Amino acid sequence: MAMPKLKADATQARLAEVAIPAGSAWATTARQDALARVQAAGLPHRRDEYWRFTDPATLVQAAAPEAALFHNDEGPLFDDLDRVKVVFVDGVFDAGKSTDLSAEGVEIERLNDVLSTDIHWAKDLYGVLETRGQNPVARPLAALNTAIATDGVVIRVTGKASKPINLIYLHGDTTSDVALHHVVKIEAGAEVTLLETGPAAARFSCVTEVDVAEGGAFHHVRAQGRDHERRAVTHCFARIAAESMFKSFTLTVNGRLTRNECVIEVLGDDANAHVAGACVGDGDDFHHDDTVFVTHDALNGESRQVFKKVLRNGAVGVFQGKILVKEGAQKTDGYQISQSLLLDGDSQFLAKPELEIYADDVACSHGSTSGAIDETALFYLRSRGIDHKTATNLLTLSFLAEALDEIADSALSDALRDRLEGWLDRRG
Amino acid sequence: MLEIKNLTVDLEEEEKSILKGVDLTIEPGMVHAIMGPNGSGKSTLSYVLSGKDGYEVTGGSATLDGEDLLEMEPEDRAAAGLFLAFQYPVEIPGVGNMTFLRTAVNAQRKARGEEELSAGEFLKVVREKAKALKIDADMLKRPVNVGFSGGEKKRNEILQMAMLEPKMCILDETDSGLDVDAMKLVAEGVNALRSEGRSFLVITHYQRLLDHIQPDVVHIMADGRIIKSGGPELALEVENNGYADILAEVA
Repeated sequence: MAMPKLKADATQARLAEVAIPAGSAWATTARQDALARVQAAGLPHRRDEYWRFTDPATLVQAAAPEAALFHNDEGPLFDDLDRVKVVFVDGVFDAGKSTDLSAEGVEIERLNDVLSTDIHWAKDLYGVLETRGQNPVARPLAALNTAIATDGVVIRVTGKASKPINLIYLHGDTTSDVALHHVVKIEAGAEVTLLETGPAAARFSCVTEVDVAEGGAFHHVRAQGRDHERRAVTHCFARIAAESMFKSFTLTVNGRLTRNECVIEVLGDDANAHVAGACVGDGDDFHHDDTVFVTHDALNGESRQVFKKVLRNGAVGVFQGKILVKEGAQKTDGYQISQSLLLDGDSQFLAKPELEIYADDVACSHGSTSGAIDETALFYLRSRGIDHKTATNLLTLSFLAEALDEIADSALSDALRDRLEGWLDRRG
Repeated sequence: MLEIKNLTVDLEEEEKSILKGVDLTIEPGMVHAIMGPNGSGKSTLSYVLSGKDGYEVTGGSATLDGEDLLEMEPEDRAAAGLFLAFQYPVEIPGVGNMTFLRTAVNAQRKARGEEELSAGEFLKVVREKAKALKIDADMLKRPVNVGFSGGEKKRNEILQMAMLEPKMCILDETDSGLDVDAMKLVAEGVNALRSEGRSFLVITHYQRLLDHIQPDVVHIMADGRIIKSGGPELALEVENNGYADILAEVA
């Protein structure tokens, strides 16, 4: 089928600006292939089924729309935690602001160094998991990222990492347009926690490819920056082997446009994949989209998708979540819940939960709800002397709790809960 | 303490009159009980006094130490010293019981211009009071009322009451869903709080709660009015003969 003209034109307009960065032979091939994928699929357009609820125009257009900086008077998140800090300022690695990149059980390299090296294990992953994730639904913005990204981290986890790795994304330029690409390879039985914090840029594209070998564990906790005008499109592509664990949680507060895609293939038996998100949106210029695709292609897999959104003053939340159970993936246990708390009549939650099952012995469930604050609970709290606003905030935290509880490490979830409480409290 | 004069209340959603002129005065330190058949308006009275939405006051007044309760927000009524122990305590997932208690205690202290309790001070007080009600550390840590048994929920209500130290306590069918042992424990908790400056209004269907929390005055409510008042013997009369005789006598 020929690409609609509007879409073809928009794609050509954007790609006219794109040049493949210099790198080693394999990297150049990977980037050229990625560019070819973009050309074949075309960049997203709001008429695409996959972008029905989220207009990608500002993600596709050549220049990043301006985004004012958010003046944050709080200390950095997770600051009391001993962690490896990898700092990017508007998408450029800043060695001065970062800590020493070494820790037991992990090897951390810069993407650009890796892509300039002739022989590197990352060749088998860079753009490879992203390519796998292009089927059955094209994700051209991820392919574009693979084609143009020069910075990011390449992490090999060989044992139980002695401390978490925190990618810290600072935003200093109101028009910065950033593509970061990370590759994480977790070897058999190894385990790491990856933290991502901050807004990164006016417009941020981030792709993370994660390969978890047998018995490995990947814990991912992300808090996207609170800059009101920032835009972000993120993709996480994961491939997980037998008896491994993949856990990802994202907190989003503010931001004009956020699309977080997570694509997971469960390829080994007895593996677990959990993706969760909590989002708080205020105002009609807030649009947040979680798009998740979990494929089960092994026995006894367990997956969870838990997404909670609190929306008010015209904020829009989107959830597109799919569980695909392939033939033979017996005893799969798939769970999906997406819920919104609408604090007024102007806000909107658009949900598209999907199950596609080709195995006959599975337990899959999904649910999606939208509701207002529970008046009975509100009265209960107020009857104890708690004022209306504080009571509403407590119920908001109560609503988000199921998603925050998906974080395995309670020190991390407590840190996020404390921040969230403070943010809600200071809001009018 | 609590003074209710000719209070009339309709449901907000439909044209239905629930309270049709309630008069009730409770002096400091007194325990009053209200008994009555289903649908007589007992629970409505407790909700209207504590400020639940859905009711329209069409006449009369209700004051606590001279302050007009009906004009106040629910949280202000609480700060003024009113407490309602719910018939069905609400479950709040994701909010720890301790967080809830501390938020409530400090909100009231703040509203009254008192200093907030530090985490340490609060912990000390709550542990002591919880112990008396056989509430263990686990129940304090768990989310508010989530997964609590009927008895645990009611004990948790009494713990809140003990922490908030209200002047006027309303107990709405606190005995419902309790076995005898649980009821005794709850009654002990209530009795421990009885003092000269604190009054109670105990709403119940059955006399058995009043064996454990002995009232000074018993009122019989029917069809939105208090139709008869008397001493504790009135409760026994209801227990033995039901409401039919009293209703017939008044009609």
